[in-house]
Amino acid sequence: MMLIPCPFCGKRNESEFIFGGAVGADRPDPNSVNDAEWVEYLTVAPNPLGPVQERWWHARGCSEWVTIWRDTRTHDIVEAPDDSE
Amino acid sequence: MTQNNRCASGGRIDRSRTLRFTFNGKSYEGFEGDTLASALLANDVRVTARSFKYHRPRGIVGHGPEEPATLVELDGEDASGNRPATTVPLRDGLSARSVNCWPSPEFDIGGVNQLLSRFIPAGFYYKTFKWPNWHLFEPSIRKAAGLAAAPAQPPSSGHFEARHAHADVLVAGAGPAGLKAALKAGRAGKRVFLADEDSEAGGSLLNCDLSIDGQPAMGWVEAAVLELRGMANVTHLQNATVWAYREHNLLIVNERNPDQGSIIERSWRVRAGEVVIATGATERAMVFSNNDRPGVMLASSVQAYFNRWGVIPGKRVVLFTNNNSAYAVASDLIAAGVRVEAILDSRSCVPQAALELVPEITVQSSTVVGDVRGHKGVKAVKAVSSSGSVNWIECDLLAHSGGWNPTVHLWSQSRSTLRFDEDLAAFLPYQPVQNCTAVGAAAGQLTLDQIIDGGEELAYEIEPLWRVDLPGQRGKAFLDIQNDVSVSDVHLALREGYDNVEHVKRYTTGGMGIDQGKTGNINIIGTVAMQKGVPLQEVGTTTFRSPYTPVSFGAIGGLREDSVLFPYRHTPVTQWNKDNGAVMYEAGARWRRPGYFPQQGEGLQDAVNRECRAVREGVGVYDGSPLGTFELKGRDVPQFLDFIYSNMVSSLTPGNGRYGLMLSDDGLILDDGVVFRLDEHRWLVSTSTGHADSINQHMEKLLQTEFPDWQVMITTVTSQWNNATICGPRARDVMQALGTDVDLSPEVFPFMSFRDGTVAGFPARIVRVSFTGELSFEVNVAPRHMAELWAKVIEAGAPFGIQPVGSESSHVLRVEKGFLSLGHEVDGTVDAYDLGMGWAMSKKKTDYLGKRSIQLRREGKATRRELVGILPEDHNRQVPEGAPLTPGGRKEATEGLVTACVWSVVNDRWVGLALLKNGHSRHGEIAHVRLKDEVIPVKITKPVFHDPDGKLLRS
Amino acid sequence: MQKYSVFSLARNALSGHRNWSRAWRSPPLKDQYEVVVIGAGGHGLATAFYLAKEFDITDVAVVEKGWLGGGNIARNTVTIRSNYMRDESIPFYVKSVAMYEGLTHELNFNMMHSKRTMVDVVQTWPKLRELRRRQLAMDIYGSTYEQISENELRSRIPALTGGGPDARLPVICGMVHTDAGVNRHDAVAWGYARAADALGVEIHQQTAIQSLIRGADGHISGVETNRGTIRAKKVVVAVSGHTTTLTETVGLKLPLRTMNLTAFVSEPVKPLVDVIVNCPDSGFYFSQSDKGEMVIGGAPDMGQSFRRDIKQNVFEDTVTAMLSLFPSFKKLKLMRQWGGHLDIAHDASPIMDQTDLPGLFVTAGWWGGYKAIPAGGLTLAHLVAKSEPHPLMSSFTLNRFRHLDFVMEAGTTTAR
Repeated sequence: MMLIPCPFCGKRNESEFIFGGAVGADRPDPNSVNDAEWVEYLTVAPNPLGPVQERWWHARGCSEWVTIWRDTRTHDIVEAPDDSE
Repeated sequence: MTQNNRCASGGRIDRSRTLRFTFNGKSYEGFEGDTLASALLANDVRVTARSFKYHRPRGIVGHGPEEPATLVELDGEDASGNRPATTVPLRDGLSARSVNCWPSPEFDIGGVNQLLSRFIPAGFYYKTFKWPNWHLFEPSIRKAAGLAAAPAQPPSSGHFEARHAHADVLVAGAGPAGLKAALKAGRAGKRVFLADEDSEAGGSLLNCDLSIDGQPAMGWVEAAVLELRGMANVTHLQNATVWAYREHNLLIVNERNPDQGSIIERSWRVRAGEVVIATGATERAMVFSNNDRPGVMLASSVQAYFNRWGVIPGKRVVLFTNNNSAYAVASDLIAAGVRVEAILDSRSCVPQAALELVPEITVQSSTVVGDVRGHKGVKAVKAVSSSGSVNWIECDLLAHSGGWNPTVHLWSQSRSTLRFDEDLAAFLPYQPVQNCTAVGAAAGQLTLDQIIDGGEELAYEIEPLWRVDLPGQRGKAFLDIQNDVSVSDVHLALREGYDNVEHVKRYTTGGMGIDQGKTGNINIIGTVAMQKGVPLQEVGTTTFRSPYTPVSFGAIGGLREDSVLFPYRHTPVTQWNKDNGAVMYEAGARWRRPGYFPQQGEGLQDAVNRECRAVREGVGVYDGSPLGTFELKGRDVPQFLDFIYSNMVSSLTPGNGRYGLMLSDDGLILDDGVVFRLDEHRWLVSTSTGHADSINQHMEKLLQTEFPDWQVMITTVTSQWNNATICGPRARDVMQALGTDVDLSPEVFPFMSFRDGTVAGFPARIVRVSFTGELSFEVNVAPRHMAELWAKVIEAGAPFGIQPVGSESSHVLRVEKGFLSLGHEVDGTVDAYDLGMGWAMSKKKTDYLGKRSIQLRREGKATRRELVGILPEDHNRQVPEGAPLTPGGRKEATEGLVTACVWSVVNDRWVGLALLKNGHSRHGEIAHVRLKDEVIPVKITKPVFHDPDGKLLRS
Repeated sequence: MQKYSVFSLARNALSGHRNWSRAWRSPPLKDQYEVVVIGAGGHGLATAFYLAKEFDITDVAVVEKGWLGGGNIARNTVTIRSNYMRDESIPFYVKSVAMYEGLTHELNFNMMHSKRTMVDVVQTWPKLRELRRRQLAMDIYGSTYEQISENELRSRIPALTGGGPDARLPVICGMVHTDAGVNRHDAVAWGYARAADALGVEIHQQTAIQSLIRGADGHISGVETNRGTIRAKKVVVAVSGHTTTLTETVGLKLPLRTMNLTAFVSEPVKPLVDVIVNCPDSGFYFSQSDKGEMVIGGAPDMGQSFRRDIKQNVFEDTVTAMLSLFPSFKKLKLMRQWGGHLDIAHDASPIMDQTDLPGLFVTAGWWGGYKAIPAGGLTLAHLVAKSEPHPLMSSFTLNRFRHLDFVMEAGTTTAR
């Protein structure tokens, strides 16, 4: 169980959060991309062997969506929302 | 005095407190402070177990969790299985039995396996038991395997619990290194959590006779413990095993019998800033023929039994070693007056300092043990020197030491790396990957002087001997005593190509027992290295997995069973429901809901029919409180709702509402529900009960991550509003009877609008929505008024025959109307068009979630499954929900399925809904439900069986 | 291939087991093969075996970064079953289960296949409805699934003493899948490896792929390894969890992400439960191995991860759910726990296809892929040999994403 840094609540147990997936590409304008680009946007998520940017929802806390960089090999949080925290 | 092996004095036992216990049915005595193992040895019980595969007689080998041989089953209130006898604290009345033998370890029927042993080498079962099939052999194999019986009952008294703790420093192990680290951190004012698996602190010092600055080392331990006890910032636990080291410095500790109270075990989840691993070292076995005979023990364990428990488990001792540590054992034994027959040292040159410890003994260097005689107890040891001379030495105890393994389990679990150290011939902690350090013996500091200033101990020197390798060797030389894995098994594995250390482990099962190979794994690695001619570093270790030692599931679970793990939600009407005979059950999203309200003698169907008839012909009332409700405020709510709903929402005017669909961006239906505009900037979004949480997540995620600049505030108000939904042709009459200041006439208060006012004297919001297809008033009040409102509704409705309606009837009523149910019709494959709700797909909006994807999917021209109604040709034939529809009723790929089938009170027959390929263009045709042995023809219709024009719900 | 039987065992016993031959060779690595299969796990080895056996393609190298059979096949909970819901899935798994049942004899290696039945413990009505829907679909394809009463359920699983009428989730009834079984996972890897080797397939362990190689003609042309370049016109990626790691070396993006599943075993105890117990409402399942250990699985860790570890909170939830139904297990002890990683597709169904890079094939997205090994290997061999999907796997191509025609089999069971 990780400790996830919430910018409001501080470091909290992972069990307070709901995983919200990796941060992928920005949503393109659906009316100006072709089919293949649209499908790729929808279905392909970053899956690196290393740091991935991802979101966690502090559902059993303050309801903040927290964005962190986490190493998928170690669970080390390599970049938190506010690194001075 | 039955304890023949007990010394008259010495040890950390209380001879004034005699404890009586039974082992395999025989009665014995021991003392307070004994373990079962020390008490058995005190009573000279030599054969304490039978081995797993060959059923060879075994005795006690070690003195702690490393014990590979003697596993016992406890009876009575201690009932548990597979406990190493060395870790069972003795208590009065204890009753223990050996596992895996019958009738006793002294005389065990399974011992016949020894005769067959040449036919059952490693992996033999992969080569045989194939014909005709495994089922012929499996039952007897299963019966033979498995060690202890499974526990039949939960503990009859007491309970388990779990706690959280935070520490600046967690110290695992209260030996000299751990105590020193804890003192240092404690004196610096840090929050310290010190946990040690043993019953008292001291670690290896409990077992040896060492000194610090000329004083007994245990005096230093006692002073350290006393000082720690005086520090408020230190938590010091004994009987507490740190068994798991997880990510982000989370460690799990199992504390046994804390506070000597009703708590059987306590699980601690400790989050530590820094971890100090002071877990000591474990002595490893020597590998030679018949090294498993009862009376062959680890040298340090012999020393421990003497120093700690005042037990000398033999009269005539031979020691066999490849390192210096056994010399201290010999010295202790000599001092106790035990006859040390010989010390056999595999090294050609024994250090002078070691020899000086045992001046009266002739040490035989370059000598190994070639064999052991004595089936049920050591009788003689065959000493073989490098020159080839053989000498049988009579003895009843063989104490051996193959060197020391730093206990790196936790280090390794933390994902920190290991390296093989040639000087110590052991794997040592190398690079940490979390904030942890290893100290003391766990870090390879194997003598006290390295750890404590003033500590005095003979320097540790070793020449590794991974196995005794003699020409013409006979008799099995065990690498893993618990799983009966011998050197020849490992050789066979290598010969057959199973040459990775993980293959060796899996093929031979070496190291896979309850002890997880604490004394033997290194020898397996060494044997592999010798055979392959490569260094041990290259062979590597198998993965160290948690737990370090077995932990009962009860402790892991703590007190979280049942409704703690799965909390449930309910509404203020629950008590009324129970009082009125409702059948309550889980209804999704952890809500406990009334399914139906049977009256005297009524079955499910009769009750549902009565409830439905009430709604269709008179009036019913439904508790709709669990529906997810959210209030959205802010300037940008309209564009936000237009983005998350497929239909146009922003055009709503205050006071009015609209039904809408929410899609995911890949075009799947997420939810459906009603949205109302309360005023210019306030909106009320309702979701299905089951999806309330996920829709909340969905909306918050979009707003916080995609549109952080939009002014939208979401408040969950599901539990701020409860409602009683009064539905049926007489609903308005009941409302009047309740008394309200709201004009209920359809002209001023039409369908899909709401009014704020009072109902039965309570402040209320009345909403005109309908989930049944009938005239409905959803009366929303504050939860504190709900129970009272409900009672008044029932009272006011009585003259009109009002019936409470459960979820079973709700299901029937919505099917009759063809209203959707997520999880029934919406199963992840259909879109709005398939459901006949193309009108909900806005054409005006250029973009909303799911729009592009649905367009794209439809361009694929795949055949769609579309929502239809079905009428079984036989009116009285119910079609099971979920039944497949196949072309012509043949047994082939399906063309659809029945999503619901209910007895319709308005049609007096079974009616259903189905998803069917091209269903919209097949109205009037016959489709075929295919069951296992039956085909049911059904007529395809529009998916609505009651009031198709919706006149009633608007009335 | 040396024959394994009770007779050969006895004969070898008399010669001290010194004459057993190697189960597979360690031949020198060539610089070219007709087919390179990446990953000596269940799917990779089975694919190589069927390429040789069914399609006479024997110039095959299976290359493995670590040790043969060391991936998910070493880590799964050996549940073999065919209780699926959709037309796309059921016949494939029916075939795979049937192949498993014959595998011991086909490979002359005892898989210890124990067709011991899976019993679902149903605790909510919505779950019962879903399972009955599955039953009705399975009936069409001859897979077996039947409802039994609570009483019968408890008599078949006497240790199931929780879930009484006052429990938070009372037991409603059971569903019985008699085709389900367990076997010995290492034997599957070793049996396929040995049989494939005997047909000429080469297995190269400790051979790590550094990158795939895109040829000048736009086709795959081989792989770069720590032991040099291997040329091949056909390359198969069968590396659960690391699929995208490999395909990204040629810039190929796939709708896959990597997740962790965990399992754990209890201490070995005498026979207590002789079926596979699956508790979908509570979120765990287990079976008792022939060695006596309870082999237990539960919920996945939702985050992406290559760490192959256990999240304590997920683990505790699984244990607690188990204790609610099996309270006597409180005194049973955890002996070992571990994790594995697998890749899951956007629609949670497997992907078996030739990629946009011609000659490069992937088999991925197996979520519970152990049960799919025989049929997965056979159908992939078919695809590689004939460059067209096997009929049993035709719905599981990458093409389905082109129009977002997902195969939705998610959430059918916890027993993956």
